[in-house]
Amino acid sequence: MARTTTSTPQLSWNIRLNKLQRRVAPYVFISPFFILFAVFGLFPIVFSMYLSLQEWNPIQGLGTMRYIGLENYTWLMGDPWFWRSITNTLWIAFASGIPQHLVAIPLAFALSRGIQSFRHPLTAAYFLPYITSAVAIALVFQTIFGTQFGVLNQTLQYLATAPWSAWLFGGLADSLPVNWLGRAPNIKPAISLLVWWQFFGFNVVLYAAGLATIPKDYYEAAQIDGASGRQSFFHITLPLLRPMIFFAVTFTIIGNLQLFDQPFILTDGTGGTGQAGMTVAMYLYRTGFEWLEMGTAAAISWLLFLLIGTLTVIHFFFFGRSGLERRD
Amino acid sequence: MKKILALALAASLLAGAALANTTITIGFFDDFESHLNNVLPQFQELYPDVTVETRMLGFGDHHDLLVTNLATGTGAPDVVVLELGFIARFVAEGGLKDLSEAPFNADEYEDLFVDYAWAQGRTPDGRQVAIPTDIAPGTMFYRRDHLEASGWTIEEVTESFDSFIEYGRELQGHGVFLIADAGSVAEALIRANVPAGDGIYFDADGVPQLNSERFLEAARMAQIVREEGLDAQIGAWSSEWFEAFSQGTTAVELSGAWLQGHLQNWMAPETSGLWGASEMPGNTLVSWGGSFWAIPGQTPEANLEAAWNLVRFLTTEPEIQLAAFRTMNAFPAMPATYDDPMFEEELEFLAGQPARLLWASIAERIPGVLTFAGDMIAEEIFGSAMGEILNEGRDVQAALDEAQMLVERRVRR
Repeated sequence: MARTTTSTPQLSWNIRLNKLQRRVAPYVFISPFFILFAVFGLFPIVFSMYLSLQEWNPIQGLGTMRYIGLENYTWLMGDPWFWRSITNTLWIAFASGIPQHLVAIPLAFALSRGIQSFRHPLTAAYFLPYITSAVAIALVFQTIFGTQFGVLNQTLQYLATAPWSAWLFGGLADSLPVNWLGRAPNIKPAISLLVWWQFFGFNVVLYAAGLATIPKDYYEAAQIDGASGRQSFFHITLPLLRPMIFFAVTFTIIGNLQLFDQPFILTDGTGGTGQAGMTVAMYLYRTGFEWLEMGTAAAISWLLFLLIGTLTVIHFFFFGRSGLERRD
Repeated sequence: MKKILALALAASLLAGAALANTTITIGFFDDFESHLNNVLPQFQELYPDVTVETRMLGFGDHHDLLVTNLATGTGAPDVVVLELGFIARFVAEGGLKDLSEAPFNADEYEDLFVDYAWAQGRTPDGRQVAIPTDIAPGTMFYRRDHLEASGWTIEEVTESFDSFIEYGRELQGHGVFLIADAGSVAEALIRANVPAGDGIYFDADGVPQLNSERFLEAARMAQIVREEGLDAQIGAWSSEWFEAFSQGTTAVELSGAWLQGHLQNWMAPETSGLWGASEMPGNTLVSWGGSFWAIPGQTPEANLEAAWNLVRFLTTEPEIQLAAFRTMNAFPAMPATYDDPMFEEELEFLAGQPARLLWASIAERIPGVLTFAGDMIAEEIFGSAMGEILNEGRDVQAALDEAQMLVERRVRR
């Protein structure tokens, strides 16, 4: 046996190399992704988990980390600002998220059924805020929300005093000018308005795509049976759009719980009066990079992940399966 | 032939070693560009064997990247500038070199600088981590036209904070706000009358002071301004703030002396000649900003000498300090420069007032206040409590008790 293997060393070497090459080549070709993922995806995730169990002031260098177990988590559980940021995030997520869909679905329906000729330019216009830099948008909105010279207050002021609109808006006159970004009760609505405006167009595009997959036959059949436009919306469009609604809402949940740029710019990076506009993502950033408590910041990121995960699972449990099942 | 070549090579290597060319990097934010472009060539003349490379970033990025550099242990410049508000971020042990130790022995230069600026670069455990370069004596800018219309004199206004508020009530009748933000009244008052050896937010033992009488009084004073409608409720650095200056809707602003340069150059150049500067009400002496040079802890041993020479060049030379004053309006931290004719100059923007003399005299009287690592978070928590007091009408005692609790929670960890 031994002699046969050694007698043809070159052949077997080639075959072996060939075999090896075939076995390894796919992994080599796919490796760039895995290498990049390991460096920029996996490592930070694992490291942040490790970091969340440490106390670390970054300016003292990597060597000064101190293991403190779950203390960052227990500390956060008793931290009033952390809970405030959770409430803020949920408030803004719902107040900006639900209207996004309530507006986007009928609008997409109207675009696809009624005003066919303007469909594309209008869809593009609605989509424009989504592809514009969040920072640029927030800066513009900051000017719009200005107390003394902001366009919004100027408009309200005009509406409250002009003879033709005073009957409707006159009641506002006493509370003007509204301090949109300075008063705690106004900050969250102001942020929500911006987020709603920025993202409803994205949902319009999603729903328009969803609507395009619904066969026209259904509508024709319904029309022959004497269904009104309203009836076909509620009995044909909505049920068939469910998978797309599920998808779009999942997107909204994940996106809205991670809001950072918009509240950060609108509140000048402070979170606003009484932290009324401080989202969890903002609190995380400030804890880590302004107050230099990296371990606590890492713990916040894992708690945020937990929150997003839980809400997504709940959403999936209640709407996901049924939504996907009913797809004919 | 080969031997000769080898010898020649060895000789040239030796010569190179003898001329040991050190390369150091200096990191700064964009405000310093014109000044450093101006003076670095002089440093090169003094130290021809040192090459200085520059790293310029925006204000925020400069301080943020330095955190990253220190965290990862690489990439920090050998010499960095720090704005006062960021010193606290870097005072933790190991972040910056202790310059009072050998080989620096910075303490011998202490007398060159105004006392309070020197103290701001010092940690409670006695490490001198930064050397002051420019300072910002707190001052009150006021609109002369509003003052005249009211029939008051500036001495009457600044007699005390009570008379200051009384002036605000007078202005109300003329449809003018006293000040942009009531919060700045509180900001000034908490910085005044700090007991010697204490920080603004912590006492010498590191115990937070946020519900002490000094803070309560400051918050109450600001609350009066807000509740009586004397302020325009405009935060600093907002577009509304700039608008208020150019439209003259507010009558005074409490700020650092640097505000004059900003007003004159871009915020409200058209209001030239309408402004004046005075001491703050009630002889309140306050520091309102400033910059420092420091050496990061990770600077390699071989670069320390050159780095320290550069820091000394930028901070301890009166000529360089004056050059900074000329090119970037950075008020010098060295009293030795205050006899320069520049200080007597009548500032056109302030209607011919030689205000720099006033600022110099304020600077020399401001008492020293130490910098604590918890200052950043304490400042944030206090600002937040003030927001609730002023904007939401929260009770002063309750808001500051909560602030005290929040700061204690953070620093006890």
